[in-house]
Amino acid sequence: MYGKGLRTLSLASSLLLTAAFGLVFFYAPNDADQGFVQKIFYLHVPMAIVALGGFVAGGVMAIAHLRTRDRRWDMRSYVAIHLSLVLAVGVLVTGSIWARAAWGHWWVWNEPMLVSFLIIFLLYACYQPLRFSIEDPERQARYASVFAVIAGAFVPLNFLAVRLAQAYTHPRVLGTTGGNMPGSMRLTGLVALIGMVALFVTLWKYEMTSKHAGQQLGALRRKLAGDEEILPAGPSATPTATLPARPEA
Amino acid sequence: MSVVAALLRKDLLLELRTKESVPAMALFSVTTLVIFHFGLDRASLAGDLAAGVLWVTLLLAAMLGVNRLFVSEREQGGFDGFLLAPVDRSALLVAKAAALFAYLVAVEVVAVPAFAVLLLGPSPWPALPVLTGLLLLGDIGVAVIGTLVSALAIQTRARDLIAPLLALPLLVPVVIAGTRGTTPLLLESGSAAVALKWPLILGLYDLIFALIAYAVFDFLLED
Amino acid sequence: MPALPLDEAGKYVAGAYVVFIALVGIYVAIMAAKLARIERELGELNELVDRRVAASPRSGASHE
Repeated sequence: MYGKGLRTLSLASSLLLTAAFGLVFFYAPNDADQGFVQKIFYLHVPMAIVALGGFVAGGVMAIAHLRTRDRRWDMRSYVAIHLSLVLAVGVLVTGSIWARAAWGHWWVWNEPMLVSFLIIFLLYACYQPLRFSIEDPERQARYASVFAVIAGAFVPLNFLAVRLAQAYTHPRVLGTTGGNMPGSMRLTGLVALIGMVALFVTLWKYEMTSKHAGQQLGALRRKLAGDEEILPAGPSATPTATLPARPEA
Repeated sequence: MSVVAALLRKDLLLELRTKESVPAMALFSVTTLVIFHFGLDRASLAGDLAAGVLWVTLLLAAMLGVNRLFVSEREQGGFDGFLLAPVDRSALLVAKAAALFAYLVAVEVVAVPAFAVLLLGPSPWPALPVLTGLLLLGDIGVAVIGTLVSALAIQTRARDLIAPLLALPLLVPVVIAGTRGTTPLLLESGSAAVALKWPLILGLYDLIFALIAYAVFDFLLED
Repeated sequence: MPALPLDEAGKYVAGAYVVFIALVGIYVAIMAAKLARIERELGELNELVDRRVAASPRSGASHE
């Protein structure tokens, strides 16, 4: 039952995000160097942290799938990765907007966060094509999980590698006021982060509920089958979980 | 261990007889160097540019090998035969990675001299021992990741397309460490010392991915 | 580059927040489409079962 608690979670997320945005625009002071433009961070950085967490969580769930063979873990992993990919796109776009506003260029190579996300995005963009080009559902789930594990392990390694590559060129640019963040900014950032986490969990549950409902539907169809009118719905993009056995006619 | 040896011997013999992958990879690397010449419009490279061109060329040539790595297993039932044998499944991973490593070394025997002749400005001789070490370390990483990705991709419909797309992001750290390490070796002013951290990072990355590959490979071979 | 004046900076900041809202909005829209499809199919199945029960009333007819 994934829908349970969804309403509470959605309300909590909305409240938190509203509070966060309120803090951003009415409470947090303007950055000394970058001025108003710095406000983008309260969006960009929480999205980045949550996306990274989501990718790693997807990897952990994939491990659970490989160990227990329970396909529900694969579904959870799929949704987590899928959501994180959407967030990663957001990170790249907001990062680019910030780069343009602060530096005049739509892209900067000396910002490790942005560069790491580009690499990670390119990697995870292959997840769905890889998945859906394997027809056998059990194998699809297994291979997707292997990918999720490899990619999830790669995420922190990649960050380290990119950081190291930058070490001699430019110091970190995406930091705020040289690391001396006043408490008000810290608080705002924290609330924004919690709000983003809540949003992620909410959307994750939301998508799980939808997928689960779709599968129940498919199972229902099959139970009622034996009648030419009831045909299984066309090939869906949903990764399938183990279906209940067809009852003897 | 002998299982790995047997599998490796089979692959190497196959490659020696059919000459399927290595000549193409070697030729591809030389062609790529020529393309770089025209693309960059430079007759002579040094320092970081030289390091970059060399590593990128080798990486792209490696992608050709990665695509072909499990083809014979897939098409001629080698997977099934292997699965029926009462052996540790990771042996296939080690054997294939070793084979790919061997192909890469063979390609480098052609590509590095070609690079030295065609594009490299300073003399390669002082750089050679350390360069070889770095390239070998990099080859281990490419071999492990390449084998893993190839096994993943071989079961999909779009296998030739997806293998490089998966492998290249995973190999970015190898490129970073490899080129940063190689740059001081190819300076115009003469070979300088390599910062120890780059080979260390390369080695560490190789080790971590070898462990990941070992943990995960079995799951790719079932049924 | 010195800090942008407020009116210019505002556009960029607004742009970033708009992107965020747009992503969430698109996501919700796609979910909504899936939900609508589920609702439609449930309706069809329901109809089908009703027709079956009406056509051959058996005690063992599955009725969800």
